[in-house]
Amino acid sequence: MDDKKLHDIHSHSYGIYILVWLALVALTGLTAAVAGINFGKLSIVVAILIAVVKSYLVLTEFMHLKSEQRTFKVFIFVALFFILVSLTLLFSDYSYYGR
Amino acid sequence: MSIKEEIIPDVHRDDIRSRMGIWLFLFSELLLFGGLFFMYSVYRFTHQQDFSIASKEMNTFLGTLNTVILLTSSLTMVLSLVALQRGKKGLSVFFQIVTILFGLTFMVNKVIEWSHEFKVGNYPGSAILSSRPPGQILYFGLYYCMVGLHGLHVLVGMTVIGFMTVFTIRNKITQDNYIKLEAAGLYWHLVDIIWIFLFPLFYLIT
Repeated sequence: MDDKKLHDIHSHSYGIYILVWLALVALTGLTAAVAGINFGKLSIVVAILIAVVKSYLVLTEFMHLKSEQRTFKVFIFVALFFILVSLTLLFSDYSYYGR
Repeated sequence: MSIKEEIIPDVHRDDIRSRMGIWLFLFSELLLFGGLFFMYSVYRFTHQQDFSIASKEMNTFLGTLNTVILLTSSLTMVLSLVALQRGKKGLSVFFQIVTILFGLTFMVNKVIEWSHEFKVGNYPGSAILSSRPPGQILYFGLYYCMVGLHGLHVLVGMTVIGFMTVFTIRNKITQDNYIKLEAAGLYWHLVDIIWIFLFPLFYLIT
């Protein structure tokens, strides 16, 4: 049996992970610093945006999605897409009844 | 053919499907926390002022520190996998233990935060909390539920990684059979991602 195919090796070096970690810590600092500034309604958007970027880094690098098979990417895309759909429906409903 | 013919067990392994299995489990976690995040967003939308006031009582320093701790623990977790892939078993075990210790530090900080809240009387059902505006009661209810559930996940993750450390020491997890460690890592990273969202939503409301 071809051993290479049995367990596809994610050949990564230590370096890239340390870089990703530095970026994550920097973004944490940014989100905490930016929270002091009042952007009004945009504050929550900025906070969520930074959190999304951080999650993207964790998903692609730490969780190896970058080197994962296409099926996995499709799965995750579908899962996140439906969360977005649910959230949109929820808020279209609430902004209607909330008034 | 001799009767004493050795029975060679069929070592069936399919790492891709194993990973798919753990990802499916992670999706179920996403549903669990997703529902809570939906609930949070609706109540924050309907009680914006109260959420902002209540969140001011959070210890932002400890929150930020815990975020950095959890991010670093994710790094050491992924490094333990790289070390093992490179055949450095000792280093891998070291990184796994460091990951558990980071998890423990995270939990200790949580205990400090929660015991402070309990001392001031901000615990679910307390007379002080009950007398506050409904939006603030909702904020603290959600805070205890979501952060508590996340903390439970950190504890479970630490236990799982502890088992992985034992498996690695006993050579059950090796350089060319590390799917268990990888799966534990995926779970740990998901717990990290959940905290990445919990942190700004509870600590950094302006």
